[in-house]
Formats: sequence, C-alpha cells, structure tokens
Amino acid sequence: MAHSTYSLPGLMTRSEAELRQSFLKQVELIPAGEHIKRCIQCGTCTGSCPVSYAMDISPRQLIALFRAGEMETIMKSRTIWICASCYACTTRCPSGIKITDIVYALKRTAMENERKSNAPQVQLLAKLFVSNLMSYGRLHEGTLIRKYYMKTRILKLFGFIPLARKLYRTKRLALFPKRIKAYASLSRIIAKAQELEMRAAPEPLPYSPEYVGYKGLGDLKLEPRKGE
Amino acid sequence: MRYAYYPGCSLEKTQRGYDESVREVFKALGQELVEIEDWNCCGATVYMSVKETVSLAVSARNLALAETMGLDVLAPCSSCYTVLSKTNRILNQIPEMHKDVNEALAEGGLSYSGKTRVRHPLDILMNDIGIETIRARLRRNLGGLKIAPYYGCQIVRPDKGFDDREDPVLLDRMFRACGGEPVYFPMKVRCCGGMLMTTFEETALKLNMELLQCASANGADVIVTTCPLCHFNLEAYQDRINDVFGTTLTMPILYFTQLLGIALGLPAKSIGLDSLFNPPGDKITSFVETPYA
Repeated sequence: MAHSTYSLPGLMTRSEAELRQSFLKQVELIPAGEHIKRCIQCGTCTGSCPVSYAMDISPRQLIALFRAGEMETIMKSRTIWICASCYACTTRCPSGIKITDIVYALKRTAMENERKSNAPQVQLLAKLFVSNLMSYGRLHEGTLIRKYYMKTRILKLFGFIPLARKLYRTKRLALFPKRIKAYASLSRIIAKAQELEMRAAPEPLPYSPEYVGYKGLGDLKLEPRKGE
Repeated sequence: MRYAYYPGCSLEKTQRGYDESVREVFKALGQELVEIEDWNCCGATVYMSVKETVSLAVSARNLALAETMGLDVLAPCSSCYTVLSKTNRILNQIPEMHKDVNEALAEGGLSYSGKTRVRHPLDILMNDIGIETIRARLRRNLGGLKIAPYYGCQIVRPDKGFDDREDPVLLDRMFRACGGEPVYFPMKVRCCGGMLMTTFEETALKLNMELLQCASANGADVIVTTCPLCHFNLEAYQDRINDVFGTTLTMPILYFTQLLGIALGLPAKSIGLDSLFNPPGDKITSFVETPYA
C-alpha cells in the first residue's frame, strides 16, 4: 500500500485536514452518510466487491484510512476509480454504511481538489463524459470513445474498426452527435447548478493535528438504523 | 396505463433493439408510452463522480418534464433507472439540495416537486400488468428454451425495490410462464463492470468471461439482459474474451423484452432481432419461425 511520505500516525498535515473537510461536506449530502461512523471493520464490503481483487486498497481499508486521517493515501489509490458502483457492498453492509455513495464522495473530493490518482484514465473519461453531455445535452458514445482513446492509446482506436462495422451493419451506429432542442435552457440550468455547487464548498477548518477519527462528523445526527 | 417514456442515450441508436422491443411489448399489452419531449442525458453513473448539484439538476430536468405530463417515468436503462431514482431519493431527503436543484431548474423555466415515480419495465410488466395478463396474450410457447436471467446490479440495488436484491426472481417467473426454463444462474446480480470495459479492460473482460462461462456451464441457450451496458459488454466483447481467455463462447444475448416479444408473437424485425451481433441460435430462430398457434 502506498503511503504519503509525510504522514505520521495520528497526525494530519494541513492538506489532509482540508481534504477531510472537503470530504465531510460531501458526506453531509448523502442520505444516511453519517453511518460511516458505524464501521466495525468486518470486511463484508471487500468480500462482496467483484473488483476488490484489482484494488490497491480494499473498501474496508478505505474507511480505516479515513479514520486514521490518511486522506492523501486514499486520493492516490486506484480503488475509488475502479468502483463500478454496483452497490453490492452497500446492500450487504451490516452497519448500513452507504459505501458506494461514500466512494462517490471520495471521487468528487479528488476531482474538486485536483488530486491525481494512479488511475488517471477514469478521471479523464469522467471529464470527457461531462463535456460530451454539456456540448450536446445527450451522450454520443462514438465521440466519447474516440476522444478517450485519442488521449490514451490512439492505436487502440483501430481495434474498434470491426466493432464499428458490426454496429453499422446492424444499423446501430450513430455517426454524428445531435443536440437537444432545449440546449440553451439546459446550459443555463447547468451554469446555475455549478454556481450553487461552488457556494456549497466548505471553508477549510484551522489546522489541527488532532483532527482524526470520527471528529468532524460530530454534528451529524446518528439515528437508530431503520429495520430493512 | 400511460407512461412518460425515457429511453436514454444508448437506446436511441446503439441499443435500438431494447428501445424497439420495449415499445412493441408495451403496445401489445395495451399500454401507452409517451416519450418525454426533448429529454436530456441523465448523467449516468459518471456525472455523480464529478459534481453533485449539477448531476442532480441535469437528471432532475427529465423528472420535471415528466411531472408536467402527470405520468410515471418508464426508464428501461438500468443506469438511467438508478440515477433518476437516486435523484428522487436525495431531493426528498436533503431539503437544501432540493432547493438548490429547483433554483437551477428555474433557469430553464422548470421546477420539480420530487414526486414523479420512476419505474423499470420489468417492474411494470410483472407487478402492474401481471403474469396472468401476459399469459393470456402469449402466442408462442418457449418450450425447452434454457434461459440465464441476468438482472445486473442497478435495477435491484441499492434500495429495496421491486425485487430481491440478492436473489431476484421476476425474470425467472416471467419466462417460466412463457414455457421457458430458467437455469441455475448464481451470478444473476453480479456486476458486469459497466464502464470499466473502457478504463480497466482486463478487469471487465474477466467479469464478463465469468458471467458467460457461468451461464454456459449451466446449460443456458441464451442470456437475457435488462441493461444496455451489461448487454453491450456481454455481446460486443465476446470475441475479445475468446481471444484473451481461450474460450469458445457464442452465447446469444437478448433483451428480456425481445424474448418476451417472441413469446407474444411479435414480428422479429419489430423487436429489433435484426440488431443482434451473435445469431440468436437455432432454438430461438425456430420459435420465431413457428407460426402462431
């Protein structure tokens, strides 16, 4: 497991304290997000995850690292980016932790704080997806795949020729993207939401080396778990 | 019943077989689908990784449009279904977010109460229309056809929805009623990897190889799917899986609505059977060619 070079057990650097703040703000917006406090480190999440074998940090370890204040280690991992959000962990967690949503919150924390992971291709795909949606209002798969491979492995694009031909033969290939009619209106909605998102950004707390464990989750309500 | 139909981006063209079969099956069962005018992409599972308020506003625009129609939304794509449902859940549970999203929607002259219901076709077919009504409309018996029912992840999870989260049964029941034989398929809710096929190809190929092998080893003639992404991964990457893992898989992959369409006696072309990559196999072809009983 990769550790940040400057981390000390039980202590946080300023940048980690800020990352943690940014993450906690995201957790507040997850229904039942505060259940993260109830983690018993049983590993059911890791055992249920179909891709945990390909992760550098297991889902269980993600929560342990958060508790230990090791935010930079989490940000660098490929774990959060390989999650395909199948919700197997969330369904099975005996403590009712919304693990998939927590992973989404970690992804957003990494994107917002511009942390590079060792799976940069996922961040690239996410950015291209968003720009595709913003340009047309609908997703054009061909454009997305073309742009993605042009920036990653351009030669691989040739490998898609047989697939493109099959799609063409079966009348499933949309050659050009189409814009929705209300494109202007959608753009205004997105612009406004972006402005509101910025407003919601947290004020970084003053640096404190003691800021680990579940501190900072204190003002979140921990309600008894509803029977499911 | 009438439904506000939200096809989603992939059903527009690359997965036209799903779109065509959903429309035809619903029509055959006397339901009316009204496509949401000028809908936009729901943001899929990707937008949520980037910005939360924006992703919710983008998805809520569709729900707001459906609300003006006064109808429940029908969303066949698992990703759209889960994203639209999640939008509802967050807006109903986090009032500040609801307020922000409405403030954004107002820029487009829209507002959303959070009350539009989002439904999956499997839910409507089995829980509203019901197995008896479907049985009464059947034209062909799928006798002897062995079916691996693949639910995927996002129509049964994360919330307790219209079927069990670990062992859903509605597809099994549907096709048993059509005379088919659902095989033992313990990977019915295992993830196909979704977009990982682009970003972590090896991992996704392994997941799909396991799914195909599991269905094949249990004697399935066909895998039925409920999700465009599962469908595409299983269908379009079979050749690549055979290359990488040395397997010899030629599993036909059909949307559940296509197989139901066959049982309802709908013409092959109208339910997009001409859009398959793998030939549907002799057994299924024989059903299509069998004249109506």
